Amino acid sequence: MSRQLLTGNGAAAWAARLAQADYIPAFPITPQTEIIEQIGLWIDRGEFDARMVTLESEHSMLTAAGSAASSGVRVFTATSSQGLLYAMEMLYTVAGWRVPFVLVNVSRGLSAPITLEPDHNDILAARDCGFLQIHCASCQEVLDSTLMAYRLAEHVHVRLPAIVNLDGFYLSFTREPVDLPDARQAAAFVGDFDPENLMFHASAPLSQATAVLGGGPYSYFRYETHLASEQALEVYEDIANEFAERFGRLHEMLEAYRMDDAEYVFVMMGSFASKARDAVDSLREAGWKIGMLRPRLLRPLPREQIRALLKGRRAVAVVDQNISMGMGGVLHSEFAGALYGLSDAPPILASFIGGLGGRDIRQQEFFRMAEVLKQASDSGTTPKPRLLYTEEELAEMRKLQAIAGLERSELGNGTKQGGTP
Amino acid sequence: MSEEQPVRFRSTRDLPSAHLLGTGTPTCAGCGGLEALHQMVDVLGNKTVFVNAAGCMTLLAVYPFTPFRGGWLYTAMASAPAGAQGVRDALDILKAKGKLLEEEDLEVVVITGDGAAYGMGLSATSGAMDRDLDFIYLCYDNEGYGNTGQQYSPATPHLALTSTSKGSHGYPGFKKDLFSIWAANNPAYVATIIGAEPLDLAKKIEKLQSLKGPRMLISLAPCPTGWDFDPRHTVEIGRLAVSTGIWPLKEYVDGQVVHTKVPRQRKPVEEYLKLQGRYKHLFHPQRNEAAIAEIQARVDAYWATVE
Repeated sequence: MSRQLLTGNGAAAWAARLAQADYIPAFPITPQTEIIEQIGLWIDRGEFDARMVTLESEHSMLTAAGSAASSGVRVFTATSSQGLLYAMEMLYTVAGWRVPFVLVNVSRGLSAPITLEPDHNDILAARDCGFLQIHCASCQEVLDSTLMAYRLAEHVHVRLPAIVNLDGFYLSFTREPVDLPDARQAAAFVGDFDPENLMFHASAPLSQATAVLGGGPYSYFRYETHLASEQALEVYEDIANEFAERFGRLHEMLEAYRMDDAEYVFVMMGSFASKARDAVDSLREAGWKIGMLRPRLLRPLPREQIRALLKGRRAVAVVDQNISMGMGGVLHSEFAGALYGLSDAPPILASFIGGLGGRDIRQQEFFRMAEVLKQASDSGTTPKPRLLYTEEELAEMRKLQAIAGLERSELGNGTKQGGTP
Repeated sequence: MSEEQPVRFRSTRDLPSAHLLGTGTPTCAGCGGLEALHQMVDVLGNKTVFVNAAGCMTLLAVYPFTPFRGGWLYTAMASAPAGAQGVRDALDILKAKGKLLEEEDLEVVVITGDGAAYGMGLSATSGAMDRDLDFIYLCYDNEGYGNTGQQYSPATPHLALTSTSKGSHGYPGFKKDLFSIWAANNPAYVATIIGAEPLDLAKKIEKLQSLKGPRMLISLAPCPTGWDFDPRHTVEIGRLAVSTGIWPLKEYVDGQVVHTKVPRQRKPVEEYLKLQGRYKHLFHPQRNEAAIAEIQARVDAYWATVE
């Protein structure tokens, strides 16, 4: 084992190498591109015995990933944001093929407006496709989760592709110290890929991904995929424990931070959860009984574990780094669904939306959210969902609009938008 | 080159008598696409994996049945060539790592309709040719989105009636020249074929088997349901497509286009047109001489560049 300073992208590339992926279908997109550049360099230098092919789109990239896995090789691939959405048809398709491979998604906000910085609308758009989802908050976790994802995806009770998610910029381009397992130990943990029935051999002809006629056979295969995903919960626990035994790091499906006696809880996913951790520390110093809960495994959703960890708390704030237009925070509704009917469920489940397109969530905002939770708990009334945005940000926006207006009037286009002389 | 190898197909008597594709498929009676596929498979053999895009042929393999004695993978409408990329690369990786014996290897064959080939899948096809992917591509071209009821596609010929061009004028656009578009990518091989000319088809399959890289085939696929003719006329219409000069049989290899069957005395196009309901507005209630002459002129202009 060695300790290195690695970006999140570097950690993802190392994981592909340590997992001994055979095949890497690729397509560049910010902020993921560093992963395929690193892998390409290693392959060219003869340090990584794999084949990388750049397809002409993410849709084709995911098709090739699925079809290569269908033919019996271990596959790694990566994308971000618009790329994930461009590949969306194939995400659903290859999950239905029941092909185990790992896709690293480097989260980035979706267009429009087009941006490079992160939030979770890209990865949550893939929520229902059948891929398992692991969400990371550190570069170490990116490496470890990717290795674990191969074990999980390839497990005989699961056989589904998996997405490992990390936030663009905050993790993708941030160097952190990462313990790099030695190649032999990593290989011993991940093991060889057993394709089972995934193959195209002349002596064993096989039709894969055939059409079905009627809702009966269709439902059968769809239910099988769902049940396989649910089986990943139990498998995950075994794999996490084995990983901890081998490497000394336990990555549970839910990170529970200072939760023991917590009356108030922040729920957050991804690297921004580290901001919530800091806020919890400060609030604890000020006498608050508060903690943080971070789902690492979102698909399958660890419903029972969420219930066990939130049972009896006074109030919970779900801070969503995504927005479902006309509904609100996706994670909030996931948690509401998980907690519904629990006899001792937290009476307050408040919704906050923040961190869109990489917007910071400041410590003061966490403190304010904690106060809102306390007031809600005291009054017994759930507050309305809040969109985090400050007076200063609005003032800054108004200033940009004023500049745009001034530019337009100086160009002599009057007040007509988009008018041409 | 192929000249020095023994030629397997000199006359129709040399064509395979054993048919490899299973029967009982759900394609329409008289399907010109299946006709060409049958002949292709008979020459290629069973050591194949067919990678399919959404279209009529998707219904060949419906769980748990398949007419293929080799492999099959359905992908999506746009990306069958990318599916072929993954399969080919995986088979090569397994061979290089000693996990797949040479005799277990398979020829990877993409099969799509014109909807995927001429439009949605063109980017993935171009990409596969850019990467010099070693695969065969069979486009069965029935000149419309046939599986959804024959709406016009970029392969639809000028003036044809389709279910989205039902008016008295038919489809105003022109059939896209996919052969030239593919050839411009400079793949190892491009050819047009048709099931009604089995000897020409078999010779071309034999030739592409001796080549590596992208080997591309477009088969005109007379379509009784889409073109509105009696299924018993499939072969006749196919022959007329060739003898009127509407469907030139040709191949592109080593940078040259060669016509493999030049109709010396081309029949008038109306012999081809009048058998098909999709052109009935050119003959009823009265003959549209201008339209028929326009189609004839286009065919004549094409052959003027050849002869």
